[in-house]
Amino acid sequence: MAYRVVVVGGGAAGMQTAIELKSRGVEPIIVERDIELGGKARGWHKLFPTFTPAADVIRPLAQRVKDMHIRCFYGQEVTQIAHDGVTLRSEERIPADAVVVATGFTLFDAHRKQEYGYGLYDNVVTSVDLERMMIGGKVTLADGSEPKRIAILHCVGSRDEKVGQKHCSKVCCITGVKQAIELKEMYPTADVFNFYMDIRMFGAGYEELYREAQERYNVHFVRGRISEAAETIEKRIQIKAEDTLTGRPLRMTVDMLVLLVGMSANYDNPQLAASAGLTLAPNGYFKARDSFLGVVHSEREGIFFAGTATAPKSLADTLAEASLTASAVDAYLKNKFNVK
Amino acid sequence: MRNIVFGYGISRPRAIDMDNNDLRKSGDIIAEMPELQACIGCGSCTASCTAGRLTDFNFRKLHTAVRRGEYKGVYAELSKCMLCGKCRLVCPRGINTRGLVMLIKRKLGDF
Ligand SMILES: Cc1cc2nc3c(=O)[nH]c(=O)nc-3n(C[C@H](O)[C@H](O)[C@H](O)COP(=O)(O)OP(=O)(O)OC[C@H]3O[C@@H](n4cnc5c(N)ncnc54)[C@H](O)[C@@H]3O)c2cc1C
Ligand code: SF4
Ligand code: SF4
Ligand code: SF4
Repeated sequence: MAYRVVVVGGGAAGMQTAIELKSRGVEPIIVERDIELGGKARGWHKLFPTFTPAADVIRPLAQRVKDMHIRCFYGQEVTQIAHDGVTLRSEERIPADAVVVATGFTLFDAHRKQEYGYGLYDNVVTSVDLERMMIGGKVTLADGSEPKRIAILHCVGSRDEKVGQKHCSKVCCITGVKQAIELKEMYPTADVFNFYMDIRMFGAGYEELYREAQERYNVHFVRGRISEAAETIEKRIQIKAEDTLTGRPLRMTVDMLVLLVGMSANYDNPQLAASAGLTLAPNGYFKARDSFLGVVHSEREGIFFAGTATAPKSLADTLAEASLTASAVDAYLKNKFNVK
Repeated sequence: MRNIVFGYGISRPRAIDMDNNDLRKSGDIIAEMPELQACIGCGSCTASCTAGRLTDFNFRKLHTAVRRGEYKGVYAELSKCMLCGKCRLVCPRGINTRGLVMLIKRKLGDF
């Protein structure tokens, strides 16, 4: 009889973990709150740093889950976790021999940074809105016209104590570089300005893409955080910042302001953690057992992590980690049930 | 009558005004030397600068301001540079900084 593992969350991390578990002869069950698999990455157009269509990564994973006959529960939310199973909101309990927490992250709600006017001004959008527009094939202003001057603001809802998000979301700098390039390809004569506090290019090929954005696409990078945005009568956006490299205040009017929203911890993490006896890191993400040798292990036997449930990560890092999770779960089950 | 100084007066706004600055000149400079956009503001050029050791000449600030369309006083300031080329030896982005001094002077010459 195959051991049963409940994978909580059917995003990239959950799918990859389940696929790897199944190929090791374990019986995974995916419980997904949404009505389909894929998680956030379903909402992305092309992926940094290679501009691979996100669908080319997410669809094959979902297809493999289907082809391997991995059981999936859709529209079901896990409200309690234990080493021997999970409880759903419907109060149904699914027993298991181990549990993988692959519940991902929550997008920072840009409305909370009122000074940028998201939801108030028509031409202030988030990086997520921009991805949606790109999937739709067209990025325009609210009135349908082409933007000629665009500002992209880094660190919205990250590295900001005022909204209780002290951590760096890791993927938004490179997303900002990627989106700046995409906008320049769409509108070569438009001016794109990225306003940043630090530029963090941690992955393979990222720094190279940053430089390409600067040198080849003539994207302007201004070190300084936009302090506020206001709408003009023509629905343009007036922004203020300090150009810290010249040490002077800077003002400009743009047609569109893009907010690079961060990755926040899920709001229900405290509840899930309490049910399982797990602790959370200060930023609200789940805390792994060890930063080096136990990154996919929780502090409780039989409960494991995969993907962005523990920290902001790229899709590539998420997928690599999920394979590691499957091997850790497999090793745990073999050891527990004394399988040779 | 004696001038009474109240400690405040009318002064020019210090802000860089990207709506009214003439960005064509800076656009020309960048078009001739696109690698200038790759500057990461590390300050190595300023740190190694011979002229900067003796005066308040700050090459990093100067060429950053030029990219924002701020040209006032730049030409005269650049005369402090003695074209020694030390800055070029250290720039991590491989920008031809000495060449940039000449380029900016050439483009702003008639300014
Ligand atoms: C704007 C933006 C752009 C990005 N672009 C890129 C890119 O170009 N390239 C790249 O490599 N990475 C990119 N990323 C990162 C990428 O989105 C993540 O690495 C990836 O989505 C993480 O997958 P995950 O499965 O860990 O989490 P998620 O995608 O969040 O999936 C978690 C899943 O778990 C489900 N879930 C959560 N809680 C429960 C529960 N209690 N019960 C049941 N189900 C639950 C959710 O519904 C969701 O489907 C980007 C991120 C952002 C914010
Ligand atoms: S990755 Fe960049 S934009 Fe995102 S939080 Fe970190 S520093 Fe800010
Ligand atoms: S070339 Fe000019 S700017 Fe460069 S180090 Fe010498 S004096 Fe300074
Ligand atoms: S050394 Fe190069 S990268 Fe550093 S500030 Fe000077 S020009 Fe820019």
